[in-house]
Amino acid sequence: MLTVEHLHKAFGPLVAVDDVSLSLEPGTLLGLLGPNGAGKTTTVSMIAGLTAPDGGAVLIDGARLSGDTDPKKRRIGLVPQDLALYDELSARANLRFFGSLYSLNGRALNAAIARTLELVGLADRERDLVRTFSGGMKRRLNLAAGLLHDPDVLLLDEPTVGVDPQSRNAIFDNLEVLKHQGKALLYTTHYMEEVERLADRIIVMDHGRVIANDTLAGLYAQVPAVAGERPSLESVFLTLTGRSLRD
Amino acid sequence: MPFIPLIAMVRKDLVIFFSERRSVIVSFVVPIAIASFFGVLFSGPTAGHQPRIAVAIVDQDGSAISQAIVSGARADATLAVATPTADAARESVKRGKIGVAVIIPTGFGDAAGHALFGAGEKPVLAFAYDPSHTAELAMVRGILTQHVMQAVSAEVFGGAQGQQILTQTLAQVRSSSMADEDKRALIQLMSAAQSFYDRQRTGAGSSARPRGLTMPYTANEEPITAGSNIAYNGYAHSFGGMAIQFLLFAMANLGIEMLVERERGLWNRLRSAPVSKTTLLAGKAASGTIISLAILLVAFAFAIVVFRVRIHGSVAGFLGVSIACAFMASTFGLLVAALGNSPATARGVTTLAVLMMVMLGGAWVPTFIFPEWLQQFTVVIPVRWAVDGLDAMTWRGLGFASALAPMGVLLAFAGIFGGLALTRFRWQQE
Repeated sequence: MLTVEHLHKAFGPLVAVDDVSLSLEPGTLLGLLGPNGAGKTTTVSMIAGLTAPDGGAVLIDGARLSGDTDPKKRRIGLVPQDLALYDELSARANLRFFGSLYSLNGRALNAAIARTLELVGLADRERDLVRTFSGGMKRRLNLAAGLLHDPDVLLLDEPTVGVDPQSRNAIFDNLEVLKHQGKALLYTTHYMEEVERLADRIIVMDHGRVIANDTLAGLYAQVPAVAGERPSLESVFLTLTGRSLRD
Repeated sequence: MPFIPLIAMVRKDLVIFFSERRSVIVSFVVPIAIASFFGVLFSGPTAGHQPRIAVAIVDQDGSAISQAIVSGARADATLAVATPTADAARESVKRGKIGVAVIIPTGFGDAAGHALFGAGEKPVLAFAYDPSHTAELAMVRGILTQHVMQAVSAEVFGGAQGQQILTQTLAQVRSSSMADEDKRALIQLMSAAQSFYDRQRTGAGSSARPRGLTMPYTANEEPITAGSNIAYNGYAHSFGGMAIQFLLFAMANLGIEMLVERERGLWNRLRSAPVSKTTLLAGKAASGTIISLAILLVAFAFAIVVFRVRIHGSVAGFLGVSIACAFMASTFGLLVAALGNSPATARGVTTLAVLMMVMLGGAWVPTFIFPEWLQQFTVVIPVRWAVDGLDAMTWRGLGFASALAPMGVLLAFAGIFGGLALTRFRWQQE
């Protein structure tokens, strides 16, 4: 469904993304791991059409994505790392606005708002101002805003940052539902346990390059067991990316 | 351009703007309050209440001439004359209670009489003035010139002091080294004047005391406004100027909000939708234009109802200038967003920029009081065109044709600002 071919992006002398390729199928979740500055967010930005790549291509069902107004962008939903919501508006007004950007209106928009609010468990708070929401509620609404137009591909850029275990668990449940609905999910995170729980396949990036692209079992196999015990994903990650600080 | 996203952008911005009570008060109530105050200052005197210039005259001479000067000044409708001591007069000027004090020194009358024909040294009339009231100094000096000339000439040609002065002056002229022909002509003139006033004194002529030299004309002052029976209404200018100032502040704030939205990652979500950058910025420009227009029209509606401001010119021209001004202001907001690095830095710079624009554009005080070079310079300030356009359509009562130039220039500024914003706006936080 989503194919990324040889993406390349440099900011001056800094190469942020270097020859990144990946593919994503319906009903699967691809975990994108990497230390800070690995190029995860830049990759997601290029797939979402926020940043123009210097080279390579993003394809949806084999058709190249190009330009701000490409209708194929409707098939992609973005859940950004930031809480991209208007605090001054109600949850419903936020969703109404974001849905309108995809030319949804009337009954279709109302139905989409009801569906997504129900999914993230905020139907009873739809008329409350977002500024009154907790961090976890905002994260869930952030997810709902990316789902309004019923995209086939959902890009989730660290969607659980700063939320409590209950909200995180609720978001995981939402993602499981979406996966079962046949959505293709690309999920970037720093939390190893999240990809261990959710991902069907994992890509590890470092210094802008893909250094591993495998299933969870395949990644475990890359690091020898110690004293007969299976290594943790974190130890696999540190083995692949090293222990030097990146900030 | 997709219609639904554009309408959604506008509606969202309007809802956010009007949900913020503080921004509504600052944008709508504050300009009305300040414009009302400026309107009082610039409306001029009301009928029958001509303001008078407070002036102190210290008569240290006590001569017939100096007393006549004081009497003349007292009778002048433009002056409010007090006659304190010299020290008290200076103290009043120092404290700002009066703008000008005039000191008529001892011997002024005699010296002025002799100096009238150039035969004696000119006496000094001292003006002590408040340096913040230089305009009043010029006016008092002009008015006193008239009264001094009248008093001195009347006395010289008719009064007892003048008779003595004339006799002395005739003797001085006869013994002077002047050319004989000139001397004869001057003596003839002075003798003729003397005999003319002698006849009046002895009853052969008119019984009235000579009036002396007076202004050889009277002035007919006609304010040129929208019509012969329409008085100038200073509120028209002050409300236009203040509304423009505050709609510029509102739009600068709109630009700063765009920077905040960028910091919060909202533009990423907007741009992930299949909507062009032009549509996104057009939505901002449209909502900004509507808010600016509302600020302008609400301010004028208040002025029309409360202060009887009227659109004496073209209503279509007034609306045209208002819309062009609102559009210019909204694109100015976009420019703020395009050039600003962060909300904090943009806030300080735009406050300065708006204040400079409204000050130089004549929104506070009309540009005609600026120096000539500054008046010419301010044509590059869009506010100047907005203020002049609104003045033309309100109290000046000019037709639609006079609105075309301001509208055209304001739209040109809007095009430049909008174009720069579209090319310079950084959509992602760096």
